[in-house]
Amino acid sequence: MQTLTKLGYNIAGPVLALIISFAIGGIFIAIIGKDPLAVYSQFFSDTLGNAYGIGQVLFKATPLIFTGLASAICFRAGLFNIGAEGQLIIGAFCIAFVGNVFGILPAIFLLPLCILAGFIGGACWGIIPGLLKATFGAHEVINTIMMNFIAAALVNYFVSNVFFVPATVHTPDIVPAAHLSRLDFFFESFHGAPVNLSLFIAIGAALLLHVYLWKTSLGYELRATGLNLNAARYAGIHVERHMIGTLTLGGGLAGLAGMNFVMGYKHYFELGFSEGAGFIGIAVALLARNNPIGIVLTSIFFGILQYGSLTINTIVPKELANILQAIVILCIIVLSKVIDRHMVRLQKQSVAAEVHA
Amino acid sequence: MLESILNIAFLAQSLRISIPYALPALGATFSERGGVVNIALEGILLISAFATTVGVFYTESVLVGILCGISAGILTALFHSIVSVTFKADQIVSGIGINLFALGITKFFCQLIFNSSSNSARIVGLEQWTFLPALPILGNPFLFCTLFLLLISHFTLFRTRFGLRLRAVGEHPEAADTLGISVDKMRHIGVLLSGAFTGLAGAWLALDQHSFTDGMAAGRGFIALAAMIIGKWTPIGAVAASLLFGFAESLSLVLQEQSNVAQLIQMIPYLLTMIILCGFIGRATAPAADGIPYEKESA
Amino acid sequence: MYAVEMQHITKRFGHFTANHQVDFQVHEGEIHALIGENGAGKSTLMRILYGFYTPDAGQIYINGREVKIQKPSDAITLGVGMVHQHFMLIPPLTVTENIILGKEETNRLGILNLPLAAKQLTELSQTYRLHIDPSAKIEQVSIGFQQRIEILKILYRNAQIIILDEPTPILTPQEIDDLFKVLLQLKSEGKTIILITHKLSEVMTISNRITIMRHGKIVGTRETKSTTQTELARLMIGEEIGPPISKRPFIAHKDILIMEQVSAKGDRGVLAVRNVSLNVKEGEIIGIAGVEGNGQSELVQVIAGLRPFQVGEISIGSHSLSPTHGHQALAHIPEDRLRFGLILDFTLQENLILGRQQELRFRHYYFLQDSETRSYSSELIHSFDIRPEELSLPARNFSGGNQQKIVVARELSKNVPLIVASQPTRGLDIRAIDFIHNSLISERNKGKAILLVSSDLGEILKLSDRIAVMYEGEITKVFLTADTDEREIGMYMTGAKKKSA
Repeated sequence: MQTLTKLGYNIAGPVLALIISFAIGGIFIAIIGKDPLAVYSQFFSDTLGNAYGIGQVLFKATPLIFTGLASAICFRAGLFNIGAEGQLIIGAFCIAFVGNVFGILPAIFLLPLCILAGFIGGACWGIIPGLLKATFGAHEVINTIMMNFIAAALVNYFVSNVFFVPATVHTPDIVPAAHLSRLDFFFESFHGAPVNLSLFIAIGAALLLHVYLWKTSLGYELRATGLNLNAARYAGIHVERHMIGTLTLGGGLAGLAGMNFVMGYKHYFELGFSEGAGFIGIAVALLARNNPIGIVLTSIFFGILQYGSLTINTIVPKELANILQAIVILCIIVLSKVIDRHMVRLQKQSVAAEVHA
Repeated sequence: MLESILNIAFLAQSLRISIPYALPALGATFSERGGVVNIALEGILLISAFATTVGVFYTESVLVGILCGISAGILTALFHSIVSVTFKADQIVSGIGINLFALGITKFFCQLIFNSSSNSARIVGLEQWTFLPALPILGNPFLFCTLFLLLISHFTLFRTRFGLRLRAVGEHPEAADTLGISVDKMRHIGVLLSGAFTGLAGAWLALDQHSFTDGMAAGRGFIALAAMIIGKWTPIGAVAASLLFGFAESLSLVLQEQSNVAQLIQMIPYLLTMIILCGFIGRATAPAADGIPYEKESA
Repeated sequence: MYAVEMQHITKRFGHFTANHQVDFQVHEGEIHALIGENGAGKSTLMRILYGFYTPDAGQIYINGREVKIQKPSDAITLGVGMVHQHFMLIPPLTVTENIILGKEETNRLGILNLPLAAKQLTELSQTYRLHIDPSAKIEQVSIGFQQRIEILKILYRNAQIIILDEPTPILTPQEIDDLFKVLLQLKSEGKTIILITHKLSEVMTISNRITIMRHGKIVGTRETKSTTQTELARLMIGEEIGPPISKRPFIAHKDILIMEQVSAKGDRGVLAVRNVSLNVKEGEIIGIAGVEGNGQSELVQVIAGLRPFQVGEISIGSHSLSPTHGHQALAHIPEDRLRFGLILDFTLQENLILGRQQELRFRHYYFLQDSETRSYSSELIHSFDIRPEELSLPARNFSGGNQQKIVVARELSKNVPLIVASQPTRGLDIRAIDFIHNSLISERNKGKAILLVSSDLGEILKLSDRIAVMYEGEITKVFLTADTDEREIGMYMTGAKKKSA
């Protein structure tokens, strides 16, 4: 019974946050003189009302699954990875580079190599703050923020000076052997939607992470490190190794997010393609309470927000998506505090009832 | 002769670039000395720059614009302090949320008001406001304002009752609480001050550029935060570090004309921050309770 | 009329009722001792009087007038001051800044007048012979100095009712004498003093009246001159418990833990453990006695591999340790179970394998063996009587006694020759204490070597075969328990007697 109530509260928070966010979004829509209900009904029918819309939503959701996992696994280890954005663009650039430069390889080698490049690129960007944290105690929040800017500057340099198509802000195309098929190749009804095989890789990564966290001894140690550093040390856990390892793994996962755009959609790397997916991943992870399976679901929700706001762009500026996402984040952290307090109060009342009985 | 003019121009350029780092960095010392990490500086800059643009656009008055900027800064900071001080939610996540919100809401209203989500119309700037017409940058009222605020901030933090209480709350909130000091009130004030300072910086960005452009904060809020850390949570240190960053950026602008490694030079402040955080250049110690929500009766 | 009267005070924290219908009265101008076991609710009651917690029910009267105390500033206004058990001082600020905080001398612009404040403090400290340096920073001064600052903080606010929460365990005997002189001087000026403590001898020396608490309730108030330590002890503990398991004579031969001339640094970078040589044999309990903060914690951390040592040699069994050695395979009941021994958000089952997660019994390659862990956990829950018996309940939801049982069960079930138990019964009720004492004795009888660290001398005397006294990081004396008594050990604990050179 008690666990049921608890589960209820766990779901109530996110659901309430969503309702509040849409309500506030509605106010914004009303402010500009449009009818919120009409806008929202178009919003949902264009996103979920047909296979093409669903395909678009899943396409938007794919990188968020990766960046959400990248944030969540670090949160689980007690680390704040704000660097997913930088890890993502480095990873994506590496994919584009390898997919072009090693173009003579056959697909069977090139595809894994590209994926590996994305992972390693992101991992490099994760391991640095990890090492600095473990050896110098330097706070990962500031360092991952700084790494984002360094990544941006670095990629900017390469895409402007070294590896680029003149008069554009993107790299040369990767070879066809490095392409990941779109799902409309398998399911005709998705026709035209860019959702591609990297969605399945993302879901696979979520499942693997779930097993890692809850079924393995290393996952146990990682969670122990995140919940109580002192107790973890006492238990003989090499907490520094877990910090470095987890930030590296998180970086790698964020790096894989580049697959969706580079290997599955445009087939090149373009400046600014990520649209803040690295930061939104933090919201995705929070909304899912750092649960890998939950992250797949919340990513789809954010995918709906992003694609939905594009479909109504002619009526309401598409930036509504950013606003809604931000409000979801703020609501979630406030509501989880309010609900926790409420639960404590409920416990007190039940104790009081027992005492009087 | 030519060289000396060049030097003064270069110095002026560095100072000008430093303003939007120094003001938020000063503000952040108040927020963080009180125990609240404010990574929402970036979003506050953006929103206040937009508010200034809109204010000047409709009234043609620079003063109204500046007031709009400061008010918007305080209002946005109020968001952060309600979420993180009143509700004791995670300060970093709140900051991320506000930054995202700022990005969206400025573009949203930019689209509505100026019919473009990336650029506003051109607004009047500070041309009429300089003390030194020959060298407008050095005669810039914002520069004097920054200097004045630096002195006031230092004095307030270390010589007044308010400063003592603010520092106490950031170091050991429970101790301050036992002496009857309201931890939440002090923290709210600290965060709101950071909003006001950052709002002023946002006003400067808009007036200096004569317009609002999408994402024009361009990481300045984060650099300001880094400057405050490098300055070891002191007003003087924060401004000194801001000048250092201004100098580095100014240098990169000069070099930009000569080579194509400008983007790489832009990394310098970030790299510098990371190196300093490692403790290579003196240990920087944050206030002991910085970033930790104060909740009692959690037994 | 009472200086302080508290009526029907009730206070709960989640599931735990800290104060239940408490009635408490203090006369003006008396020194009133509030005694009771750990967790009896003394500090909570006083924190309510000081406005740090608000009671769930009940009234408070100060000098006969009903008052609402909702925050510390209300209490301060009413002339109530409190010296907390954990000092409320801000390390980077100066002595003056710490004392005036909240009641600052300023001009109309709010600018501090520090010289004036320093002058006032100097006068105040001379009146009460509480010597301080107003310009020193807290992080540079000793514990005794810090306590003087805390008392001055209260006097500076002109408090008439002064609460001291466990002021003596951290002080040397000389400092305790000085403190008591100050308290008597304050009493002679008509101030009312409430002293929280659990040291009965101190209570008998200094107090006028005594109130005893147990399990969050008041069990009695006595005039000091008409009561005895025995009566007080009975009231505090409340129930008789069976005699402990008897110790089996064990003729030990083999040294399990050997320490030779070990020195290690503390957190502040100065030596906290100096030149310690100590052997623990199989089938014996060695108790380390000492005033807290004399290097016992650091010594345990060194043995457990949580702290490097600078000089000396340590071996456990036949295995010798390197100075920066890592985690050791020993049974370790840590002194602060909530910070070290448990992960409160882990379930009971997860906590029962903490530190053993890499044992091949509990994993197969990298995968945790849930069924094996489950049967092992059920077994421990039964043999150590952990309640409730819910494997999936987070450790947070267990009572203090059961939390400690989780730690003890896990550590004692390890098949290792050495057990290090640090403050194993702190804050527990008498039943849980008894259970843990018996568990330790039965492990000893099985031939384990046990190092016991406790600031409770009674516990040391009861359990140990030999007693080593630690003072300022050194082992100053090792006794056979049979050959010594509380008084002699006390002399070494306080440094009154030292190692003969």
